[in-house]
Amino acid sequence: MILVDLDALASCLASPSCLVTQTTSGLIIGMLLFLVAVGLTLIFGVLKVVNFSHGAFYMFGAYFAMTAYQLTGSFALAILSGAAGTAILGLIFERVFMSRVYGRDVLMQLLVCYAFVLIFDDVVRMIWGPEFKSMGMPAAFQVPPLFIAGGVVPPYYLLLIGVALAAAAVLGLGLARSRIGKVIRAAAHNPGMVSALGINTGLIYGGVFALGGMLAGLAGALAAPVRSLTPGMGFSVLIESFIVTVIGGMGSILGALIGALLIGLIRSFGSLGFPLFTEGLMYLFMVIVLVSRPTGLFGKEVA
Amino acid sequence: MKRTRKPGISRRSTLALMGAGAVTFAAPWVARAQAKSIKIGMPTILSGRVAQLGTSSRNAVMLEVEKVNAAGGLAGRQIEMVIRDSKGQPQEAARIARELVNTDGCEMLLDGEASSGSFAVHEVARDLGVLCIHTCSEASSLTADPKQHIPNAFRCVRQGIHDSIVGAGYAAGIAKAKGLKKWATCSPDYAYGRDTTGEFVLYLKKFAPDVEIISESWPKLFQPDYTEVVTKILQAKPQALYSCLWGGDLTSYIDQANIYAMFTQMEVFAVNMADYTALTVVKNLPKGIHSGDRYIKTFPPTPENAAWGDAYKAKYNEYPTNWSWQNATAVMFLNEAVKKANSTDGKKVAEVLAGLTIKCPFGADGTVTMRADDHTLVGYAIGWGTTIPQEPYVPDVKAGDWKAIFELEAEWKKSKGYT
Repeated sequence: MILVDLDALASCLASPSCLVTQTTSGLIIGMLLFLVAVGLTLIFGVLKVVNFSHGAFYMFGAYFAMTAYQLTGSFALAILSGAAGTAILGLIFERVFMSRVYGRDVLMQLLVCYAFVLIFDDVVRMIWGPEFKSMGMPAAFQVPPLFIAGGVVPPYYLLLIGVALAAAAVLGLGLARSRIGKVIRAAAHNPGMVSALGINTGLIYGGVFALGGMLAGLAGALAAPVRSLTPGMGFSVLIESFIVTVIGGMGSILGALIGALLIGLIRSFGSLGFPLFTEGLMYLFMVIVLVSRPTGLFGKEVA
Repeated sequence: MKRTRKPGISRRSTLALMGAGAVTFAAPWVARAQAKSIKIGMPTILSGRVAQLGTSSRNAVMLEVEKVNAAGGLAGRQIEMVIRDSKGQPQEAARIARELVNTDGCEMLLDGEASSGSFAVHEVARDLGVLCIHTCSEASSLTADPKQHIPNAFRCVRQGIHDSIVGAGYAAGIAKAKGLKKWATCSPDYAYGRDTTGEFVLYLKKFAPDVEIISESWPKLFQPDYTEVVTKILQAKPQALYSCLWGGDLTSYIDQANIYAMFTQMEVFAVNMADYTALTVVKNLPKGIHSGDRYIKTFPPTPENAAWGDAYKAKYNEYPTNWSWQNATAVMFLNEAVKKANSTDGKKVAEVLAGLTIKCPFGADGTVTMRADDHTLVGYAIGWGTTIPQEPYVPDVKAGDWKAIFELEAEWKKSKGYT
């Protein structure tokens, strides 16, 4: 049994083909994770609640995409329905349930979210059945992988990275430059004042929650062709997203991006050098970050 | 002072009379109920990630029980199944098993638990002395280890060691023919994955001494993403890959490895591929994956097996699983054993079960045997073949040789100190 294989890691770092393959592999893992984590961090930043049921939106995104794909045969529509469906779901969930527990005890919020983790899983079980499903790769992407500098890169993953990067750019620019972005940032900073200025904060909150849900749903839809769909599939993704947000800093979008990419790269290179300790490596990294910077890499000090 | 006693019937004697009457009237009712039905308890996994397997076990049991009941039941008593969900938790399985016997009055148990739960149910059977047939646990030690042996428990399941011997023999043949020397493994990181992979590698090296393992991957059970595992294996450039991933993990893995064109770059041996739950779910099943048989209606290639698979599908609108045929076989064994013993008494049935050979659609030669010395199923259809993307999925299964299995199994038992 090989515990630590530094030779494999070193020889990979020295070979361009291995570098390309493992780096893209890390990017893929990271970008999907980013989409889920950024929603989590956004909701926390503005609404100040930790949405423990966030993984469910990832799951619904995947199931919506699969169903749309089966009905229409169009992959673009599948991705759209994954994102749009979860956005609507997020809005309803926030307005009807989450909005009632703002400012309440964290335990209360946790309880509501956890209840919905179970309820959403059971809803999926009732609608789509308990057995695992597979959406299948759209015909357009059933092509041999590209070889870049000898490294293997599947075209589907290029699309996936592109879509995720585009989402990150739109989100980042939108929050920084647009009027709505300004309002959202203001609402995150001082909701009372924003409300006093005649802006409907309920609408902002619902919108942000819907946006967060949509991003997770988009991740689920993009993952659906390559990951099997089961009730409860959101759970492990949620755990990793929490690691990402803790590393990046709760509430920071840039932090989520960097955190997710770091986790992706740790997984892809870690599996070469530390085959039996890849999972542990992630947690170890989180511990190091927490000890040296308790607020995360890009988190702001809480006054 | 003298106590006065009213003439006539005293309260005490009224009570006594009523009691006697109740016994007289109730006794035939109890006797009749006993003659009419026999309760068989079954803990199995009906919720959670492997619920599909538990459900398919229940389905198969009900399919066979209906047949037995239609033909008059077990020694004239109709079977009444009491099936409960253990959620796959060993302590829950043990609790349910005990309750089924003590509270529900079940006279026999079918243990539809995965390995972890089955050892717990086994202890309950040891404690209560109730007849128990394990129908899902493939862990070899459950029956191979003499410490586990009790006269009232049997295992009607394929066994890990049998699969490893047959799989490694098949793989070694291909390794020699195609010169596959560099191998990689990729299996889930828990007891089943580690043991099965270890045994497979052990026998592969025994049959084909040139083989070396150049890369090992142990993804977590239920891991959603295997990209880093896939690319790691691609970097190692092995000529062949062995995996005992199963269910949704295996289909995820295949979808993700497919877009890296992994299946064109090496021979892949995935023991759990040829199971309908996986075969019918994967949309782009690569051609030519080597797999062991789990349940497939074309192997053994007999009309009886095909008819059974079709009957199951007609009733439940999906194909049976590996757990299905094992549970069906357990009911067939019970039926035959009770006929032979002419009794539903657990002890007498157990005596007949040990060493019993019955006709069975899943037998390698049309029969299966409950081996007398270790109370485990032998002679079932076991083999390997390669996949195609549509039905019959594995058109040509190469059957394993039971004679060779017995020889190597005996050696293995000795090496483990079991005999």
